[in-house]
Amino acid sequence: MSANPAAAATSEGAEPARNLLVARDVHKRFGKVEVLKGIDLTVTEGEVVALIGASGSGKTTFLRCINLLEEFEQGSITVDGDPVGYTDRGGSRRRLSEGRLAAQRARIGMVFQSFNLFPHMTAAQNVMLGLVKVKGMAKAEARLLADHWLARVGLADRADHYPYQLSGGQQQRVAIARAVAMEPRLILFDEVTSALDPELVAEVLGVMKDLAKSGMTMIVVSHEMLFVRDVATHVVFLDSGRIVEEGEPHAVFRNPKSERLRAFLGRFTDIIGDITAR
Amino acid sequence: MQRTYLGELMKAKWSLLQGFITTMEISAIVIVIGLIAGMIGGLLLVYGPKPVRLLMRLYVDVLRGIPVLVLILFSYYGLALLGVNISAYTAGVVALAGFCSAHMSETFRGAIDSIPVGQTEAAKAIGLTFQQRFVYVLLPQAARRIVPPAINTAVEMVKGTTLLSIIGVLDVLLATQQTIARNYMVIEFYATAMLFYFVLNFTLSRMGAYFERRFGFIRY
Repeated sequence: MSANPAAAATSEGAEPARNLLVARDVHKRFGKVEVLKGIDLTVTEGEVVALIGASGSGKTTFLRCINLLEEFEQGSITVDGDPVGYTDRGGSRRRLSEGRLAAQRARIGMVFQSFNLFPHMTAAQNVMLGLVKVKGMAKAEARLLADHWLARVGLADRADHYPYQLSGGQQQRVAIARAVAMEPRLILFDEVTSALDPELVAEVLGVMKDLAKSGMTMIVVSHEMLFVRDVATHVVFLDSGRIVEEGEPHAVFRNPKSERLRAFLGRFTDIIGDITAR
Repeated sequence: MQRTYLGELMKAKWSLLQGFITTMEISAIVIVIGLIAGMIGGLLLVYGPKPVRLLMRLYVDVLRGIPVLVLILFSYYGLALLGVNISAYTAGVVALAGFCSAHMSETFRGAIDSIPVGQTEAAKAIGLTFQQRFVYVLLPQAARRIVPPAINTAVEMVKGTTLLSIIGVLDVLLATQQTIARNYMVIEFYATAMLFYFVLNFTLSRMGAYFERRFGFIRY
Protein backbone atom coordinates (compact mmCIF):
# COMPACT_ATOMS: atom_id res chain seq x y z
CA MET A 1 0.00 0.00 0.00
CA SER A 2 3.03 2.25 0.13
CA ALA A 3 2.56 2.71 -3.60
CA ASN A 4 -0.72 4.41 -2.86
CA PRO A 5 -0.56 7.86 -4.50
CA ALA A 6 -2.74 9.69 -1.95
CA ALA A 7 -0.86 8.28 1.00
CA ALA A 8 2.45 9.11 -0.62
CA ALA A 9 1.26 12.64 -1.33
CA THR A 10 0.61 13.35 2.35
CA SER A 11 4.22 12.57 3.15
CA GLU A 12 5.39 14.97 0.41
CA GLY A 13 7.42 12.15 -1.10
CA ALA A 14 10.29 13.04 1.22
CA GLU A 15 9.98 10.05 3.51
CA PRO A 16 7.72 7.05 3.12
CA ALA A 17 4.37 7.34 4.92
CA ARG A 18 4.41 5.62 8.29
CA ASN A 19 2.42 2.50 8.91
CA LEU A 20 -0.24 3.52 11.40
CA LEU A 21 -2.20 0.30 11.63
CA VAL A 22 -0.90 -3.16 10.97
CA ALA A 23 -3.25 -6.13 11.28
CA ARG A 24 -1.75 -9.59 10.95
CA ASP A 25 -3.71 -12.81 10.56
CA VAL A 26 -6.69 -11.68 12.65
CA HIS A 27 -9.11 -14.49 13.47
CA LYS A 28 -12.42 -14.09 15.25
CA ARG A 29 -15.11 -16.57 16.16
CA PHE A 30 -18.66 -16.21 17.36
CA GLY A 31 -19.15 -19.60 18.98
CA LYS A 32 -18.53 -22.15 16.25
CA VAL A 33 -18.74 -19.67 13.40
CA GLU A 34 -15.43 -18.19 12.29
CA VAL A 35 -16.29 -14.69 11.07
CA LEU A 36 -12.73 -13.48 10.44
CA LYS A 37 -10.41 -15.99 8.84
CA GLY A 38 -7.07 -14.26 8.87
CA ILE A 39 -7.25 -10.57 8.02
CA ASP A 40 -4.02 -8.81 7.02
CA LEU A 41 -4.19 -5.09 6.51
CA THR A 42 -1.75 -2.21 6.64
CA VAL A 43 -2.93 1.39 6.83
CA THR A 44 -0.48 4.24 6.46
CA GLU A 45 -0.90 7.69 7.94
CA GLY A 46 -3.40 9.90 6.14
CA GLU A 47 -5.01 7.04 4.25
CA VAL A 48 -8.77 6.58 3.92
CA VAL A 49 -9.42 2.86 3.75
CA ALA A 50 -12.90 1.66 2.84
CA LEU A 51 -14.05 -1.82 3.84
CA ILE A 52 -16.79 -3.07 1.56
CA GLY A 53 -18.63 -6.34 1.29
CA ALA A 54 -22.00 -7.97 1.78
CA SER A 55 -23.51 -8.05 5.25
CA GLY A 56 -21.99 -10.89 7.21
CA SER A 57 -18.69 -10.60 5.37
CA GLY A 58 -16.94 -9.54 8.59
CA LYS A 59 -16.14 -5.90 7.81
CA THR A 60 -17.90 -4.42 10.84
CA THR A 61 -16.52 -7.16 13.09
CA PHE A 62 -12.99 -6.41 11.92
CA LEU A 63 -13.52 -2.69 12.47
CA ARG A 64 -14.72 -3.38 16.03
CA CYS A 65 -11.66 -5.56 16.69
CA ILE A 66 -9.43 -2.54 16.05
CA ASN A 67 -10.52 -0.87 19.30
CA LEU A 68 -11.37 -4.15 20.97
CA LEU A 69 -15.12 -3.70 21.10
CA GLU A 70 -14.84 -7.28 19.84
CA GLU A 71 -12.25 -9.63 21.25
CA PHE A 72 -10.28 -11.66 18.73
CA GLU A 73 -8.67 -15.00 19.40
CA GLN A 74 -5.69 -15.01 17.09
CA GLY A 75 -3.45 -12.59 15.26
CA SER A 76 -2.44 -9.07 16.17
CA ILE A 77 -3.41 -5.50 15.46
CA THR A 78 -0.95 -2.72 16.20
CA VAL A 79 -1.77 0.96 16.12
CA ASP A 80 1.29 3.21 16.04
CA GLY A 81 3.40 0.21 16.96
CA ASP A 82 1.34 -0.49 20.09
CA PRO A 83 -0.36 -3.92 20.08
CA VAL A 84 -4.09 -3.44 20.64
CA GLY A 85 -5.83 -5.38 23.39
CA TYR A 86 -3.34 -8.12 24.12
CA THR A 87 0.25 -8.59 25.13
CA ASP A 88 2.45 -11.53 24.42
CA ARG A 89 4.23 -12.62 27.57
CA GLY A 90 6.50 -15.56 27.09
CA GLY A 91 4.31 -16.98 24.36
CA SER A 92 1.04 -16.63 26.24
CA ARG A 93 -1.44 -14.09 25.01
CA ARG A 94 -2.93 -11.90 27.74
CA ARG A 95 -5.66 -9.31 27.59
CA LEU A 96 -4.52 -5.85 28.65
CA SER A 97 -5.87 -4.26 31.82
CA GLU A 98 -8.99 -2.09 31.60
CA GLY A 99 -6.86 1.01 32.16
CA ARG A 100 -4.44 0.21 29.33
CA LEU A 101 -7.36 -0.62 27.03
CA ALA A 102 -9.09 2.66 27.84
CA ALA A 103 -5.88 4.57 27.06
CA GLN A 104 -5.58 2.75 23.71
CA ARG A 105 -9.20 3.39 22.82
CA ALA A 106 -8.78 7.10 23.55
CA ARG A 107 -6.31 7.22 20.66
CA ILE A 108 -8.71 5.50 18.27
CA GLY A 109 -11.92 7.34 17.47
CA MET A 110 -15.11 5.57 16.48
CA VAL A 111 -18.40 6.67 14.97
CA PHE A 112 -21.33 4.26 15.07
CA GLN A 113 -24.24 3.44 12.81
CA SER A 114 -26.74 4.35 15.54
CA PHE A 115 -24.89 7.55 16.65
CA ASN A 116 -24.90 6.50 20.34
CA LEU A 117 -24.86 10.04 21.66
CA PHE A 118 -25.32 10.26 25.43
CA PRO A 119 -29.00 11.29 25.72
CA HIS A 120 -28.59 13.03 29.09
CA MET A 121 -25.98 15.43 27.74
CA THR A 122 -26.15 18.32 25.31
CA ALA A 123 -24.19 18.21 22.07
CA ALA A 124 -21.35 20.20 23.66
CA GLN A 125 -21.32 18.01 26.78
CA ASN A 126 -21.13 14.91 24.59
CA VAL A 127 -17.99 16.29 22.97
CA MET A 128 -16.55 17.53 26.27
CA LEU A 129 -16.92 14.31 28.30
CA GLY A 130 -13.85 12.57 26.90
CA LEU A 131 -11.82 15.77 26.86
CA VAL A 132 -12.47 16.43 30.55
CA LYS A 133 -12.50 12.90 31.99
CA VAL A 134 -9.97 11.17 29.75
CA LYS A 135 -7.66 13.98 28.69
CA GLY A 136 -7.99 15.88 31.97
CA MET A 137 -8.75 19.16 30.25
CA ALA A 138 -10.31 22.05 32.20
CA LYS A 139 -14.02 22.45 31.47
CA ALA A 140 -13.69 25.92 29.95
CA GLU A 141 -10.93 24.76 27.62
CA ALA A 142 -12.92 21.65 26.65
CA ARG A 143 -15.95 23.81 25.92
CA LEU A 144 -13.92 26.00 23.56
CA LEU A 145 -12.69 22.90 21.74
CA ALA A 146 -16.21 21.43 21.64
CA ASP A 147 -17.55 24.66 20.17
CA HIS A 148 -14.74 24.66 17.62
CA TRP A 149 -15.50 21.13 16.42
CA LEU A 150 -19.25 21.57 16.48
CA ALA A 151 -18.76 24.64 14.27
CA ARG A 152 -16.54 22.57 11.97
CA VAL A 153 -19.39 20.09 11.46
CA GLY A 154 -21.85 22.96 10.94
CA LEU A 155 -23.61 22.78 14.31
CA ALA A 156 -22.39 25.91 16.09
CA ASP A 157 -25.97 26.87 16.89
CA ARG A 158 -26.90 23.44 18.26
CA ALA A 159 -24.22 23.12 20.94
CA ASP A 160 -26.70 23.32 23.81
CA HIS A 161 -29.33 21.04 22.29
CA TYR A 162 -30.00 17.56 23.59
CA PRO A 163 -29.70 14.67 21.12
CA TYR A 164 -33.48 14.19 20.91
CA GLN A 165 -33.77 17.78 19.71
CA LEU A 166 -31.50 17.06 16.73
CA SER A 167 -32.13 15.31 13.41
CA GLY A 168 -30.35 12.04 12.66
CA GLY A 169 -27.83 13.77 10.43
CA GLN A 170 -27.12 16.38 13.09
CA GLN A 171 -26.71 13.70 15.75
CA GLN A 172 -24.24 11.85 13.59
CA ARG A 173 -22.26 15.03 13.01
CA VAL A 174 -22.11 15.59 16.78
CA ALA A 175 -20.85 12.01 17.10
CA ILE A 176 -18.13 12.77 14.54
CA ALA A 177 -17.19 15.95 16.45
CA ARG A 178 -17.04 13.89 19.67
CA ALA A 179 -14.61 11.45 18.05
CA VAL A 180 -12.44 14.04 16.28
CA ALA A 181 -12.13 16.34 19.30
CA MET A 182 -10.15 13.64 21.11
CA GLU A 183 -7.47 14.04 18.39
CA PRO A 184 -7.27 10.32 17.72
CA ARG A 185 -4.57 8.76 15.54
CA LEU A 186 -7.27 7.24 13.39
CA ILE A 187 -11.07 7.14 13.27
CA LEU A 188 -13.26 4.13 12.58
CA PHE A 189 -16.58 4.74 10.82
CA ASP A 190 -19.08 1.90 11.08
CA GLU A 191 -21.80 2.32 8.43
CA VAL A 192 -22.41 5.80 9.74
CA THR A 193 -25.02 6.73 7.15
CA SER A 194 -27.03 3.49 7.14
CA ALA A 195 -29.53 4.66 9.76
CA LEU A 196 -30.10 8.03 8.11
CA ASP A 197 -32.89 9.24 5.87
CA PRO A 198 -31.53 9.60 2.32
CA GLU A 199 -31.70 13.40 2.38
CA LEU A 200 -29.51 13.49 5.49
CA VAL A 201 -26.75 11.25 4.16
CA ALA A 202 -25.02 13.99 2.16
CA GLU A 203 -24.40 16.26 5.15
CA VAL A 204 -22.62 13.48 7.03
CA LEU A 205 -20.59 12.35 4.02
CA GLY A 206 -19.63 16.00 3.46
CA VAL A 207 -18.17 16.23 6.96
CA MET A 208 -16.27 12.97 6.41
CA LYS A 209 -14.91 14.25 3.11
CA ASP A 210 -13.57 17.38 4.86
CA LEU A 211 -11.95 15.23 7.52
CA ALA A 212 -10.29 13.05 4.89
CA LYS A 213 -8.96 16.16 3.15
CA SER A 214 -7.47 17.40 6.41
CA GLY A 215 -5.29 14.29 6.48
CA MET A 216 -7.13 12.29 9.13
CA THR A 217 -6.50 8.55 8.85
CA MET A 218 -9.85 6.84 8.48
CA ILE A 219 -11.15 3.31 8.16
CA VAL A 220 -14.66 3.35 6.79
CA VAL A 221 -17.21 0.56 6.54
CA SER A 222 -19.70 1.85 4.00
CA HIS A 223 -22.23 0.95 1.38
CA GLU A 224 -21.97 4.44 -0.14
CA MET A 225 -20.01 3.34 -3.22
CA LEU A 226 -19.76 6.80 -4.77
CA PHE A 227 -18.28 8.12 -1.55
CA VAL A 228 -15.87 5.20 -1.42
CA ARG A 229 -14.86 5.80 -5.02
CA ASP A 230 -14.28 9.52 -4.54
CA VAL A 231 -12.83 9.72 -1.04
CA ALA A 232 -11.15 6.42 -0.22
CA THR A 233 -7.49 6.00 -1.08
CA HIS A 234 -7.71 2.26 -0.75
CA VAL A 235 -10.64 -0.11 -0.93
CA VAL A 236 -10.77 -3.56 0.64
CA PHE A 237 -13.39 -6.11 -0.37
CA LEU A 238 -14.23 -8.73 2.23
CA ASP A 239 -16.15 -11.90 1.65
CA SER A 240 -16.87 -14.61 4.25
CA GLY A 241 -14.24 -13.32 6.64
CA ARG A 242 -11.40 -12.96 4.12
CA ILE A 243 -9.96 -10.11 2.09
CA VAL A 244 -10.71 -11.10 -1.47
CA GLU A 245 -9.51 -8.04 -3.32
CA GLU A 246 -8.02 -4.65 -2.52
CA GLY A 247 -6.49 -1.68 -4.25
CA GLU A 248 -7.10 1.83 -5.50
CA PRO A 249 -10.89 2.33 -5.74
CA HIS A 250 -11.16 3.25 -9.42
CA ALA A 251 -9.01 0.33 -10.44
CA VAL A 252 -10.84 -2.11 -8.19
CA PHE A 253 -14.25 -0.92 -9.32
CA ARG A 254 -13.31 -0.86 -13.01
CA ASN A 255 -11.62 -4.25 -13.11
CA PRO A 256 -12.94 -6.49 -10.38
CA LYS A 257 -10.91 -9.68 -10.61
CA SER A 258 -13.09 -11.98 -8.56
CA GLU A 259 -16.55 -13.17 -9.42
CA ARG A 260 -17.75 -12.31 -5.89
CA LEU A 261 -16.73 -8.65 -6.19
CA ARG A 262 -18.23 -8.39 -9.67
CA ALA A 263 -21.53 -9.71 -8.33
CA PHE A 264 -21.34 -7.41 -5.30
CA LEU A 265 -20.66 -4.31 -7.39
CA GLY A 266 -23.32 -5.36 -9.88
CA ARG A 267 -25.96 -4.85 -7.21
CA PHE A 268 -24.90 -1.22 -6.83
CA THR A 269 -24.63 -0.61 -10.58
CA ASP A 270 -28.29 -1.58 -10.84
CA ILE A 271 -29.21 1.26 -8.50
CA ILE A 272 -26.73 4.06 -9.09
CA GLY A 273 -25.40 3.30 -12.57
CA ASP A 274 -21.79 2.72 -13.51
CA ILE A 275 -19.76 3.52 -10.39
CA THR A 276 -16.53 3.69 -12.35
CA ALA A 277 -17.87 6.53 -14.50
CA ARG A 278 -16.74 10.04 -13.54
CA MET B 1 -65.62 11.71 83.07
CA GLN B 2 -66.11 11.89 79.30
CA ARG B 3 -63.08 10.78 77.29
CA THR B 4 -62.16 13.07 74.38
CA TYR B 5 -59.90 12.21 71.48
CA LEU B 6 -57.68 15.22 72.08
CA GLY B 7 -57.44 14.43 75.77
CA GLU B 8 -56.38 10.85 75.06
CA LEU B 9 -54.01 11.98 72.33
CA MET B 10 -52.26 14.28 74.82
CA LYS B 11 -51.99 11.42 77.32
CA ALA B 12 -50.51 9.08 74.73
CA LYS B 13 -48.36 11.67 73.01
CA TRP B 14 -44.96 10.48 74.29
CA SER B 15 -45.65 6.87 73.48
CA LEU B 16 -47.00 7.75 70.02
CA LEU B 17 -44.11 10.14 69.37
CA GLN B 18 -41.70 7.34 70.26
CA GLY B 19 -43.55 5.13 67.78
CA PHE B 20 -43.33 7.79 65.05
CA ILE B 21 -39.61 8.18 65.62
CA THR B 22 -39.01 4.42 65.56
CA THR B 23 -41.00 3.93 62.37
CA MET B 24 -39.26 6.83 60.63
CA GLU B 25 -35.87 5.70 61.85
CA ILE B 26 -36.25 2.08 60.78
CA SER B 27 -37.73 3.09 57.42
CA ALA B 28 -34.84 5.46 56.74
CA ILE B 29 -32.15 2.97 57.77
CA VAL B 30 -33.72 0.17 55.74
CA ILE B 31 -34.20 2.30 52.62
CA VAL B 32 -30.67 3.78 52.73
CA ILE B 33 -29.08 0.35 53.26
CA GLY B 34 -31.31 -1.05 50.53
CA LEU B 35 -30.26 1.65 48.06
CA ILE B 36 -26.54 1.27 48.72
CA ALA B 37 -26.62 -2.54 48.81
CA GLY B 38 -28.96 -2.53 45.82
CA MET B 39 -26.53 -0.50 43.75
CA ILE B 40 -23.65 -2.81 44.64
CA GLY B 41 -25.85 -5.89 44.19
CA GLY B 42 -27.14 -4.65 40.84
CA LEU B 43 -23.59 -4.03 39.62
CA LEU B 44 -22.51 -7.50 40.74
CA LEU B 45 -25.52 -9.03 38.97
CA VAL B 46 -24.52 -7.34 35.72
CA TYR B 47 -20.73 -7.22 35.80
CA GLY B 48 -19.66 -9.65 38.52
CA PRO B 49 -17.66 -12.79 37.76
CA LYS B 50 -19.90 -15.78 37.17
CA PRO B 51 -19.75 -17.36 40.67
CA VAL B 52 -20.51 -13.99 42.28
CA ARG B 53 -23.34 -13.43 39.83
CA LEU B 54 -24.85 -16.80 40.67
CA LEU B 55 -24.59 -16.18 44.42
CA MET B 56 -26.24 -12.77 44.04
CA ARG B 57 -28.97 -14.24 41.86
CA LEU B 58 -29.61 -16.89 44.53
CA TYR B 59 -29.75 -14.25 47.28
CA VAL B 60 -32.11 -12.00 45.31
CA ASP B 61 -34.47 -14.76 44.22
CA VAL B 62 -34.60 -16.47 47.62
CA LEU B 63 -35.26 -13.29 49.59
CA ARG B 64 -37.83 -12.02 47.13
CA GLY B 65 -39.63 -15.34 47.35
CA ILE B 66 -40.02 -15.36 51.13
CA PRO B 67 -42.78 -13.39 52.88
CA VAL B 68 -41.17 -10.56 54.78
CA LEU B 69 -42.97 -11.56 58.00
CA VAL B 70 -41.29 -14.97 57.86
CA LEU B 71 -37.94 -13.26 57.43
CA ILE B 72 -38.62 -11.08 60.45
CA LEU B 73 -39.64 -14.00 62.65
CA PHE B 74 -36.65 -16.03 61.50
CA SER B 75 -34.29 -13.15 62.09
CA TYR B 76 -35.64 -12.62 65.65
CA TYR B 77 -36.35 -16.14 66.94
CA GLY B 78 -34.23 -18.20 64.56
CA LEU B 79 -31.02 -16.26 64.99
CA ALA B 80 -31.45 -16.36 68.79
CA LEU B 81 -31.60 -20.16 68.66
CA LEU B 82 -28.45 -20.15 66.52
CA GLY B 83 -26.72 -18.24 69.26
CA VAL B 84 -26.94 -14.78 67.73
CA ASN B 85 -28.62 -12.61 70.31
CA ILE B 86 -29.90 -9.39 68.90
CA SER B 87 -32.65 -7.02 69.97
CA ALA B 88 -36.04 -7.04 68.26
CA TYR B 89 -35.15 -3.68 66.75
CA THR B 90 -31.90 -4.97 65.21
CA ALA B 91 -33.50 -8.23 64.08
CA GLY B 92 -36.24 -6.24 62.38
CA VAL B 93 -33.80 -3.92 60.64
CA VAL B 94 -31.71 -6.88 59.44
CA ALA B 95 -34.74 -8.68 58.01
CA LEU B 96 -36.22 -5.63 56.32
CA ALA B 97 -32.85 -4.40 55.01
CA GLY B 98 -32.07 -7.84 53.59
CA PHE B 99 -35.45 -7.92 51.88
CA CYS B 100 -35.14 -4.36 50.63
CA SER B 101 -31.61 -4.98 49.29
CA ALA B 102 -32.81 -7.94 47.26
CA HIS B 103 -35.57 -5.89 45.64
CA MET B 104 -33.31 -2.89 45.04
CA SER B 105 -30.58 -5.11 43.52
CA GLU B 106 -33.06 -6.42 41.00
CA THR B 107 -34.24 -2.86 40.26
CA PHE B 108 -30.67 -1.65 39.66
CA ARG B 109 -29.86 -4.69 37.55
CA GLY B 110 -32.90 -4.19 35.36
CA ALA B 111 -32.17 -0.50 34.91
CA ILE B 112 -28.50 -1.01 34.03
CA ASP B 113 -29.33 -3.92 31.71
CA SER B 114 -31.97 -1.93 29.86
CA ILE B 115 -29.59 0.80 28.71
CA PRO B 116 -28.70 0.25 25.06
CA VAL B 117 -25.32 -1.47 24.64
CA GLY B 118 -24.33 1.28 22.22
CA GLN B 119 -24.03 3.65 25.18
CA THR B 120 -21.35 1.50 26.76
CA GLU B 121 -19.60 1.07 23.42
CA ALA B 122 -19.59 4.82 22.72
CA ALA B 123 -18.25 5.43 26.23
CA LYS B 124 -15.52 2.82 25.71
CA ALA B 125 -14.67 4.33 22.34
CA ILE B 126 -13.77 7.72 23.82
CA GLY B 127 -11.52 6.00 26.34
CA LEU B 128 -13.59 6.06 29.53
CA THR B 129 -12.66 3.48 32.17
CA PHE B 130 -15.22 1.15 33.74
CA GLN B 131 -15.89 3.46 36.70
CA GLN B 132 -16.16 6.52 34.47
CA ARG B 133 -18.57 4.75 32.14
CA PHE B 134 -20.75 3.80 35.08
CA VAL B 135 -20.72 7.18 36.81
CA TYR B 136 -21.02 9.51 33.82
CA VAL B 137 -22.89 7.46 31.22
CA LEU B 138 -24.83 4.54 32.69
CA LEU B 139 -25.93 5.72 36.14
CA PRO B 140 -27.54 9.02 35.02
CA GLN B 141 -29.56 7.10 32.43
CA ALA B 142 -30.34 4.24 34.79
CA ALA B 143 -31.49 6.70 37.50
CA ARG B 144 -34.58 7.59 35.55
CA ARG B 145 -35.55 3.92 35.32
CA ILE B 146 -34.63 3.20 38.93
CA VAL B 147 -36.78 5.91 40.52
CA PRO B 148 -40.30 4.50 39.98
CA PRO B 149 -39.64 0.93 41.19
CA ALA B 150 -37.31 2.15 43.97
CA ILE B 151 -40.02 4.45 45.32
CA ASN B 152 -42.44 1.52 45.18
CA THR B 153 -40.05 -0.58 47.23
CA ALA B 154 -39.49 2.27 49.69
CA VAL B 155 -43.24 2.62 50.24
CA GLU B 156 -43.54 -1.13 50.75
CA MET B 157 -40.74 -0.97 53.32
CA VAL B 158 -42.51 1.77 55.32
CA LYS B 159 -45.60 -0.42 55.37
CA GLY B 160 -43.43 -3.43 56.21
CA THR B 161 -42.20 -1.78 59.41
CA THR B 162 -45.65 -2.43 60.91
CA LEU B 163 -44.81 -6.15 60.93
CA LEU B 164 -42.09 -5.43 63.48
CA SER B 165 -44.83 -4.71 66.06
CA ILE B 166 -45.31 -8.48 66.15
CA ILE B 167 -41.85 -9.05 67.62
CA GLY B 168 -42.35 -6.16 70.02
CA VAL B 169 -40.70 -3.22 68.31
CA LEU B 170 -42.52 -0.15 69.56
CA ASP B 171 -43.43 1.41 66.23
CA VAL B 172 -46.46 3.52 65.35
CA LEU B 173 -48.70 0.49 65.12
CA LEU B 174 -47.70 -1.03 68.47
CA ALA B 175 -47.88 2.37 70.19
CA THR B 176 -51.34 2.83 68.69
CA GLN B 177 -52.49 -0.60 69.83
CA GLN B 178 -51.22 0.07 73.35
CA THR B 179 -53.08 3.39 73.40
CA ILE B 180 -56.28 1.73 72.20
CA ALA B 181 -55.92 -0.95 74.88
CA ARG B 182 -56.14 1.80 77.48
CA ASN B 183 -58.97 3.89 76.06
CA TYR B 184 -60.85 1.67 73.59
CA MET B 185 -60.96 4.52 71.03
CA VAL B 186 -60.41 2.10 68.17
CA ILE B 187 -61.56 4.19 65.23
CA GLU B 188 -59.90 7.44 66.32
CA PHE B 189 -56.47 6.02 66.96
CA TYR B 190 -56.31 3.61 64.05
CA ALA B 191 -57.36 6.56 61.88
CA THR B 192 -54.51 8.56 63.38
CA ALA B 193 -52.07 5.78 62.52
CA MET B 194 -53.48 5.53 59.00
CA LEU B 195 -53.09 9.27 58.51
CA PHE B 196 -49.46 9.06 59.63
CA TYR B 197 -48.61 6.23 57.23
CA PHE B 198 -50.49 7.89 54.42
CA VAL B 199 -48.69 11.23 54.83
CA LEU B 200 -45.30 9.52 55.00
CA ASN B 201 -45.90 7.38 51.91
CA PHE B 202 -47.60 10.14 49.97
CA THR B 203 -44.55 12.33 50.57
CA LEU B 204 -42.32 9.54 49.25
CA SER B 205 -44.49 9.18 46.13
CA ARG B 206 -44.37 12.91 45.48
CA MET B 207 -40.59 12.85 45.84
CA GLY B 208 -40.53 10.05 43.29
CA ALA B 209 -42.67 12.05 40.89
CA TYR B 210 -40.32 15.01 41.32
CA PHE B 211 -37.25 12.91 40.46
CA GLU B 212 -39.04 11.38 37.50
CA ARG B 213 -39.70 14.86 36.15
CA ARG B 214 -36.15 15.87 36.96
CA PHE B 215 -34.79 13.07 34.75
CA GLY B 216 -37.61 13.36 32.22
CA PHE B 217 -35.43 15.19 29.70
CA ILE B 218 -33.53 11.98 28.98
CA ARG B 219 -35.11 10.79 25.77
CA TYR B 220 -33.92 8.51 23.02
